Amino acid sequence: MPLKTTTKSSSKKAVTINTKRFDSDILPSEITSETNYFNRRSFIGTAGTLAMGSMLSSCADADSSANKASAASTADASKQNALEFLPANKSINNGFYTDEVKTPYKDITAYNNFYEFGTDKSDPQRHAHKLVTDPWSITIEGEVEKPGTYTLEDILKPHDLEERIYRLRCVEAWSMVVPWIGFSLADLLNRFGMTSRAKYVAFETLYRPDEMRGQRSRFGTIDWPYVEALRIDEAMNPLTMMAIGLYGKVMPNQNGAPIRLVVPWKYGFKSIKSIVKIRLTDQLPPTSWNKTAPQEYGFYSNVNPAVNHPRWSQASERRLPTSLLKPNRIDTLPFNGYAEQVAHLYKGMDLRRNF
Amino acid sequence: MNKTLKLYRKPIKIAIFLLALLPWVFMWIAAVQESLGPDPAKALSHISGEWALRFLVLTLAITPIRLISQSAEWIHYRRMLGLFAFFYAVNHLIIYCLFLLALQWQELWADIVERPFITVGFLALLILLPLAITSTKNWQRKLGRNWARLHKLIYIAVALVLLHFIWQARSDLTEPLVYTAVVIVLMLFRLSKIKKLLSRRTA
Repeated sequence: MPLKTTTKSSSKKAVTINTKRFDSDILPSEITSETNYFNRRSFIGTAGTLAMGSMLSSCADADSSANKASAASTADASKQNALEFLPANKSINNGFYTDEVKTPYKDITAYNNFYEFGTDKSDPQRHAHKLVTDPWSITIEGEVEKPGTYTLEDILKPHDLEERIYRLRCVEAWSMVVPWIGFSLADLLNRFGMTSRAKYVAFETLYRPDEMRGQRSRFGTIDWPYVEALRIDEAMNPLTMMAIGLYGKVMPNQNGAPIRLVVPWKYGFKSIKSIVKIRLTDQLPPTSWNKTAPQEYGFYSNVNPAVNHPRWSQASERRLPTSLLKPNRIDTLPFNGYAEQVAHLYKGMDLRRNF
Repeated sequence: MNKTLKLYRKPIKIAIFLLALLPWVFMWIAAVQESLGPDPAKALSHISGEWALRFLVLTLAITPIRLISQSAEWIHYRRMLGLFAFFYAVNHLIIYCLFLLALQWQELWADIVERPFITVGFLALLILLPLAITSTKNWQRKLGRNWARLHKLIYIAVALVLLHFIWQARSDLTEPLVYTAVVIVLMLFRLSKIKKLLSRRTA
């Protein structure tokens, strides 16, 4: 799969990436394409669509005609928003699926901590429309054999999208159940040939104060851009995912468009949004909340009902949506209920100290 | 000017009362209509808490306004403003206990003991309680000189409320700092030098 680098806009240099898939027991007929994802471009207008068509034909010969055809035929905005994906497999106990009640789309998209757009939960929905997510590129650097800046389209191209229904537990003691659309981070990292020195993965959110009003605040406590990181074994765990949508649709801006991390066994702030940089490193990377208040937020930040946050008890959580008569308080589970999948990563570690 | 204001004191009081009640009415209408989003309890607690602080600020603003306008008339509206601050603070506590904690008293106690921002918020309300009780004319007479001394406790209450607000801020301190700045300005008017300066203007 040829990938185009965009470090220099005029550069036509192609980098070849070997893609390794984890499992091959998916029938080819079940494999879905990102065709509809790419069609988001046609929102922008005809010019955008044309540019998209020519870009695709230059980097993916086999798919280009199909992409162009569907890009031309889809006129309905809601259709363009829809993604094609493999539904979550309910029979495999891999944590990718839960039958808990899903938090409605309107709530997932109206109640967000995305401080780049303001401190109130409703601020992101109100202000995130200013965020320009197209064009979008991600720089991959550090301990990798194929560093470079790749367009989002090139990043996504080889990945089959799948739905995963995860619990999301915020450090503020509320939680949701979200049907994400995306793929395992491991599949992405494997394409770039990590070196043996890659011990951590660091992520960075877009820094664009013009579009992100929270970044313009004079009395903000976060040192923008927002950064997060995982240990490499955490990053390679199949649960760790890169999400580009939810409820079968393209990721709304307020939820971290166009691409974000989802780490379901950690507090929500670890799941960094609107990613523009991924760096592999042998040094423990800084993380934003830890820099702001190290006594409150540790590097690991695994969901842990036994370790209270100075501001919130973590023993229980309020599953949203709540109503006044039904506060929906439920017990919080260790590793947010994913202990079976991830507890082994922390064997022998004192999780009270490494909170 | 003072005489006309005095004449209208009653209707002005009624108007202020109704206006001050509006946020409360809107807040509960929104709650009943379920238009407060997926976490109505948190929304209600934010709204009630913020209005409690706003009324505290308005209460503290009476003295500066009195000094600037050189009219004692304003003092007649202060008690109501202070009582509304208390009213919204009580709403704030009830919403927190009833809807956020779902009446789990153990959690309330743990919050008060372990979480400093809740400790100071709770203390502020405890301070406001005797002030609200002794706000009547009767108590004023009974306490005499001590009444004014007692009611100076509002300064401590407002400081605790600001701390309660600042300690909760996670990513941005702008809003609590704006309130703090306003309170500091209002407090400056209490400095005897500035007081003298303002009262000397016409003398």
